[in-house]
Amino acid sequence: MAPPLTFLDYIDQHGVSRRAFLKFCAAAASSLALPTGAAAEIAARLGNMHRPSVIWLSFQECTGCTESLTRSFAPTVENLMFNFLSLDYHHTLQAAAGTAAEAAKATAMRENAGRYLVVVEGAVPRRDGGVYSTIAGRTNLDTLAEAAQHAAAVIAVGSCAAFGGIPNASPNPTGAVAVHDLVRDKPVVNVPGCPPIPVAITGVVAHYLTFNRLPELDHLGRPRAFYGNTIHDRCYRRPFYDQGKFAKSFDDEGARRGWCLYELGCKGPVTYNSCATLKWNDGTSFPIESGHGCLGCSEPHFWDAGGFYRPLSTPTRPVAMAAAAAVGAGAAAGAAMVLHNRRRKRRAKQDHQPATVNDLEKK
Amino acid sequence: MDAMTFLLWTRGPGLQIALALFLLGFVLRLFELFSLGRPPDLAVPRPGYRRGGWRTLAARSLPAGTFARQAYVTYGLSYLFHFGLFFSLLFFAPHILLFREIIGISWPALPNAWINAWALLAIAALLLMLVQRLIHPVKRLLSTTHDYFAWALTFAPLLTGYLAFQHALLPYTWMLGIHILSAELLLACLPFTKLIHFATLFVARWYNGDIAGRKGVAS
Repeated sequence: MAPPLTFLDYIDQHGVSRRAFLKFCAAAASSLALPTGAAAEIAARLGNMHRPSVIWLSFQECTGCTESLTRSFAPTVENLMFNFLSLDYHHTLQAAAGTAAEAAKATAMRENAGRYLVVVEGAVPRRDGGVYSTIAGRTNLDTLAEAAQHAAAVIAVGSCAAFGGIPNASPNPTGAVAVHDLVRDKPVVNVPGCPPIPVAITGVVAHYLTFNRLPELDHLGRPRAFYGNTIHDRCYRRPFYDQGKFAKSFDDEGARRGWCLYELGCKGPVTYNSCATLKWNDGTSFPIESGHGCLGCSEPHFWDAGGFYRPLSTPTRPVAMAAAAAVGAGAAAGAAMVLHNRRRKRRAKQDHQPATVNDLEKK
Repeated sequence: MDAMTFLLWTRGPGLQIALALFLLGFVLRLFELFSLGRPPDLAVPRPGYRRGGWRTLAARSLPAGTFARQAYVTYGLSYLFHFGLFFSLLFFAPHILLFREIIGISWPALPNAWINAWALLAIAALLLMLVQRLIHPVKRLLSTTHDYFAWALTFAPLLTGYLAFQHALLPYTWMLGIHILSAELLLACLPFTKLIHFATLFVARWYNGDIAGRKGVAS
């Protein structure tokens, strides 16, 4: 019997050179902020790894995250690595359907108990027992609980899975929540973004497969290597911000000169992601480079964060009504205070008893 | 609560509450001031009295005489702080956007390097003023809890704003939220503390000078 296929065999079959693979490992080590020597370790472990089982659960989502990962322009190592995984369950990509697909998932979970990875794309509706999203007659709540029970780790891919995303946006009619709100007893990594950068997804998987543990995470459960800096800090337009040069509209002279988009609502200063350095579409550009401000899609509640075109330092709600009510209340209280004081003064005058000489002589 | 929820609260309901408290208190203070009344001035004003108010306004805003010699530290630090606050509050681009949104007018911003320098000067001046207040026996004796409270209210937005700008200490989203909250605390407390002088100071100086001028007292 032929030995099981290793990742190195697999990429070799697909025409990717060992050199390209080593370059990927070096880039992965670098993007994960690992020491130089880690590249060799990544290469050795990844090269010899056998197909790990991955169960990809699609809940309240648009499949954009899968699209992000699978629609790379060239057959990159990231993309091949994704193909190499034993993707035992994935609505969009699997050939099986119906009961056959559900059976494949059940088999994978049974045979790889404790070792498989669960990737979740989409938020999970919790209201009314979770009836607003069901697959094969079962609620997403139920499916997630079952899959997570024997998983090695859960990777929440995209802002919907990581933070609730658009399904969770106000008024959140389905009671959508993030994966970490439901999975408490397994390691959960958040890889947010709408969609996330493909290498952030594969980077987490590569790290896990290489070191058998998850990468270092920030306070929101995101891998620091990809979410350690703000877009603003790495933005090529940052010098214009520092000089106070801002585009005032999307087609003015400032916009044409590539000035800072802060006044047009760019959320770069509060958005932790690698778009400004890793970029999109095979390193072509990122939204700010295309002339649009950052939407802050990898942050919690980005959909409700006060409007995409409102500058970060401005109110998220109108203040005129509150201001008018306060002035009215202040005037009413002030008038009441004045009347009260006048009444006291008048009463004091009325009650005033002038002192006479006789009073002064009284003992 | 995560950082973004906190920041959104400070930019939304937090700002509404702070602005409402500020306006309510400010209108209340106006009623209080005007209802005190002024005694009728039955005397004929001295010739040239109209200049009195304006002269006092200028004279009391500049160091003069004995005060300049004896209290130059207080003068120097106060100037430094007030200019620092003035520039960093009114000429930082994100702040101007806020003013434009609330009062409808805007003006050109200063480059960030200038704002940075002015903010640092204001912070340093405030710190030194606190040290002087603590080590100078007379100032220390005269200082009340109210003074320290007003100092802290003023210092907090400057410090947190500087830290947010420098992306220091905490993740930027938290720091920005804390900065906005501290500015909202300052705004809400302004009318109820001695910090109301931001609005009354120059009016009061003019008024004192005007009374003196009417009576023929040189300012």
